[in-house]
Amino acid sequence: MAELSTGAEGVQIDLISGERMASKATMEKIRMILDGVHEGNIVILEDGLSPDEESRLIEVTMSEISPDEFSGIEIETYPRSGAEASGILNRIIGRDSSSKLTVIGPANRIETLHKDETLIKALVS
Amino acid sequence: MGLLTSIRTSITDVTDRLFSDGEPKRIGIYGPPNAGKTTLSNRIARDWTGDAIGPESHIPHETRRARRKENVEIKRNGNTVTIDIVDTPGVTTKVDYQEFLEFDIEEEDAIRRSREATEGVAEAMHWLREDIDGVIYVLDSAEDPFTQVNTMLIGIIESRDIPVLIFANKIDLEDSSVQRISNAFPQHETVPLSALEGKNMDEVYDKIAEYFG
Repeated sequence: MAELSTGAEGVQIDLISGERMASKATMEKIRMILDGVHEGNIVILEDGLSPDEESRLIEVTMSEISPDEFSGIEIETYPRSGAEASGILNRIIGRDSSSKLTVIGPANRIETLHKDETLIKALVS
Repeated sequence: MGLLTSIRTSITDVTDRLFSDGEPKRIGIYGPPNAGKTTLSNRIARDWTGDAIGPESHIPHETRRARRKENVEIKRNGNTVTIDIVDTPGVTTKVDYQEFLEFDIEEEDAIRRSREATEGVAEAMHWLREDIDGVIYVLDSAEDPFTQVNTMLIGIIESRDIPVLIFANKIDLEDSSVQRISNAFPQHETVPLSALEGKNMDEVYDKIAEYFG
C-alpha cells in the first residue's frame, strides 16, 4: 500500500493492488476500505469489488454514519457494460466483470465532477 | 464462489422461480432518493387495491422503512398477475443530517431522520439480497442516470439474476430525457411514465405483467 507521511499537509492515498485484496474475505476488504476512509484517506482499488461486496459495503457504511463525525462515502467506478454484465454464463466461464478501478473516499472530501463510460473526473478537498 | 457452487446456486434460483408460481412474487421498487418510488408504489396500489402504501414528499428519504403491499392483483388481457409491492428507501452511500435542515426541519428531528434513513438503506440492501423476486428500478428522467449508485445497484441486481424493469419517471418535467436512461442501461427495457400524473400507466402494467407474471 502506498502511503504519504501522515504528518504532512495533504490527502493520503491508499492504492491497493488486486493481489493484496484477492486473499481477503469480504468483510476484511470492507474493513480495510472503511478504516482508511474514516481516517480521511482516499482508497483506490486496482480491481474493484464484486457486486455482492458493493452491496455489503453500502450496508456497513450506513451502519457507521454518525452525525458530525462520518456522513458516508463517495465511490466511483466505471459502469459495467451490458455485454459484461455478470450472469450464469459469465460465472461458469469465470469471467470477472468486477475488475474495474474503484475510488472510494469520505463523502465530505471527494466530489464527482463528471462521469461517463470511460472517464471519471473527481475533486478531492 | 467456486464453479460447482455457482452452477448449483444458479440452478436452484431458476427452479425456485419455476416452481413458486403459486406465491405472489415480491417486486421491489428500488432507485435513488427522490426518483418517485413511493409515488409509483401508491399509484399502483391505488389503481388495483384502492389503498396507498405510504406518504409522498419532495424531502429526500421520506421513506425510511421498506413497506410491503401484499396481493396486488393486476389484470391484463384476461389474465391476473398477483404481486407484493415492496416500496424501499432510496439507496445512497451517504446521508448528512444537515441536508434536512434546508427543508426547515429542526436539528434534533434532522438527526433522527438521518439515523432512520441509514437504517432504511441497509434494510433495502438486505431485502435485495434475501427477499426480492423482481425489481422495478425507478429513475428521475430529468436527472443524469450515470451515477455510481445507479451503476452499483443495477450491477448488484444483474449479479443476482433478478428480473429488472427500468422506469423512466417524471416524463412530465421539461428536462426529462428517456433516451438518456435507455443509453445508460441499454441491456434493460426502459418504460417512460409519470407516476404523479398517471401518464403511460397502461404500458407500465403491461410490462409488469409480462416481466413478473
